Amino acid sequence: MSKKSSAPAETSALSDVSIAVPSPHATAAANAGLTTEQRIELYRKMVRIRRFEERCLPVYNSGKIGGFLHLYIGQEAVAVGACSLMGNDDHVITAYRDHGHAIAVGMDTKPLMAELYGKVTGCSKGKGGSMHYFAPDLNYWGGHGIVGGQIPLGTGLAYAVKYQGKKGAAMAFMGDGAVNQGAVHEAYNLAALWDLPVIFVIENNRYSMGTSQERSSAGQLGKRAEAYDMKWYQCGGHDIYEVRATLDLALNRARDEFKPAVVEIDTYRYRGHSVADPDKTYRDRKEIEDYRNTKDPLQVFQKQLLHEKVLTDAIIEEIDLAARAEADRAVEFAEASPFPTADDIQKDVYWETDQPKRTSEGRIFFNHV
Amino acid sequence: MPVITYREAIRAALSEEIERDPNVVVMGEEVAQFNGAYKVTEGMYEKYGPKRIVDTPISEAGFIGMGVGASMLGIRPVMELMFWSFYSVAFDQIVNNAANVRYMSGGQIACPIVIRGPANGGTNVGATHSHTPENILAHHPGLKVVVPSNAADAKALMKTAIRDNDPVMYLENTILYGEKGEVPDGDITLPFGRANIARLGKDLTIVSYGRCVVHSLIAAEKMKAEKGLDIEVIDLRTIRPLDVDTVLKSVAKTHRVLIVEEQRPFCSVGSHLAAIIQEEAFDELDAPILRVGTIDAPAIYAPPVEKQFQLPNPERVIAGILKVMA
Repeated sequence: MSKKSSAPAETSALSDVSIAVPSPHATAAANAGLTTEQRIELYRKMVRIRRFEERCLPVYNSGKIGGFLHLYIGQEAVAVGACSLMGNDDHVITAYRDHGHAIAVGMDTKPLMAELYGKVTGCSKGKGGSMHYFAPDLNYWGGHGIVGGQIPLGTGLAYAVKYQGKKGAAMAFMGDGAVNQGAVHEAYNLAALWDLPVIFVIENNRYSMGTSQERSSAGQLGKRAEAYDMKWYQCGGHDIYEVRATLDLALNRARDEFKPAVVEIDTYRYRGHSVADPDKTYRDRKEIEDYRNTKDPLQVFQKQLLHEKVLTDAIIEEIDLAARAEADRAVEFAEASPFPTADDIQKDVYWETDQPKRTSEGRIFFNHV
Repeated sequence: MPVITYREAIRAALSEEIERDPNVVVMGEEVAQFNGAYKVTEGMYEKYGPKRIVDTPISEAGFIGMGVGASMLGIRPVMELMFWSFYSVAFDQIVNNAANVRYMSGGQIACPIVIRGPANGGTNVGATHSHTPENILAHHPGLKVVVPSNAADAKALMKTAIRDNDPVMYLENTILYGEKGEVPDGDITLPFGRANIARLGKDLTIVSYGRCVVHSLIAAEKMKAEKGLDIEVIDLRTIRPLDVDTVLKSVAKTHRVLIVEEQRPFCSVGSHLAAIIQEEAFDELDAPILRVGTIDAPAIYAPPVEKQFQLPNPERVIAGILKVMA
């Protein structure tokens, strides 16, 4: 195991937390049948997300990652819980806080880190950056930068699934800030009107950038579903069993009855909106500490799995060290990779021009001298 | 050869593609039960049913975005905008999602969507319903932009558009919908980026597209009769890709250029054409490149004023020709 990780630990050891076990959702249908290996894998994925993102921070601060870096730390149980329920014909799309979902659906962290570095070995060849991770082979459709803009796309994924006669559903993730965008409401209406199998998942981390929910949104966010005659659910995002239990109900209903739903998940981000956010003006440090001490999703699940005797201190240690080492290897991979070339700039723009032979004629790119 | 209208030609292309490919879906406001606001899809709902011909709510950002998402999974949606003017409320879905999703994913995703509808002035519907956004759309790499001027091209280019694996913006014209033309039967397609020399000439090149080709041809005939001028008229057919070679070859022959477009002057398609021509054929030019287009203001309502003064028409084209030839 590598010992050189410079990642600041968010949860290196269990602090004295007041977390009740067992989880009341452990016996839910979605969770009761989980094997020991599956439970450990859920925990491992959450740890891998956190260690990956913690490792991103010093790299960002050293200037090697450009642009924005929106960290998911604190919200890991949502993406891992949701994506662990996916079948072959289920699809996922999300906004710009997309690292967690990428790892949750099974993307390799090396190309994820390389993408942050803008390297050609990145998952989008260095063309997308932090906000634009995609893995269509894993039914992961991004990674989108405009708040709420991905929600009609997610509705379209559900439309395609239904049109093609498949039994599947799309999960379209958004933050609490997105619920005020018109495109989201247009998508709600279409989904309900046409019985599309899409779950609109609101990851309510209480702040749309630096504006609290109280200062940006009237009423209960999930309840807006009622205006469209859609069922809605609310659950905690700190307990992965609760996330799974809730989304399992919504997903099964979508797959079996083509019924959309809104699922509002209460969660919390420990870091600023992006790393550029000093996070000093709009919330108390105590609020962050309180959440971390009582609802940290990694600690909650760790405690649960210790209670279940699925985890031991030795396994916890092994998972943690392996995740740190994996993050270090991702950095090494990214460091060693080349940037795209100037010639690469105009590749991947059109499907057509990426083929050996063009189908159209004439000039399709226009260049200055 | 059958003579049909521009409207019927588009309908024929849509129908043939629906029959050819089960993934083609026609969608938009009033396209199904209402038979299309401009009757382009008339009879198709009755023939193909609600799975293939889908009425949407008035919700452009929602349904265009939904079409983009569906296309990523292999559906080939042909989305009607009742007017292209309504693209502004779906702009994010078009320029951020349709145009960029392939690039941002490093080439992993294709977006085979067609967005179609009329984009023209001249029908006295005021500034909100008279936009001609081909320049704005073509400014975004990832999008292809098609503006057919006649029935035969409209059919062939629509078939190409639907089979294309990139997002295609297809701009029609309400005034052309009733125009008849010879359209060959059968499965004829036209490659994008191949201009049509609509009229051969040697004294002046008019570069145009869409309905302005019609104005240009009328003006050219009149100039032949009155002044003995032989004017070449090039119909670009598609804005992106752009058939630069055909334009430059013509310029090398005539040495004089007039661009005729239903665009306002600032940052128009013609601005860019003029830049290319002076850059790549400077020595061929015997006169400055001039443009005839829309007078630089929002579309005026006053019917005779819009038609006679604000928009290009044969009289204004003739004035432009005389200026280039002076």
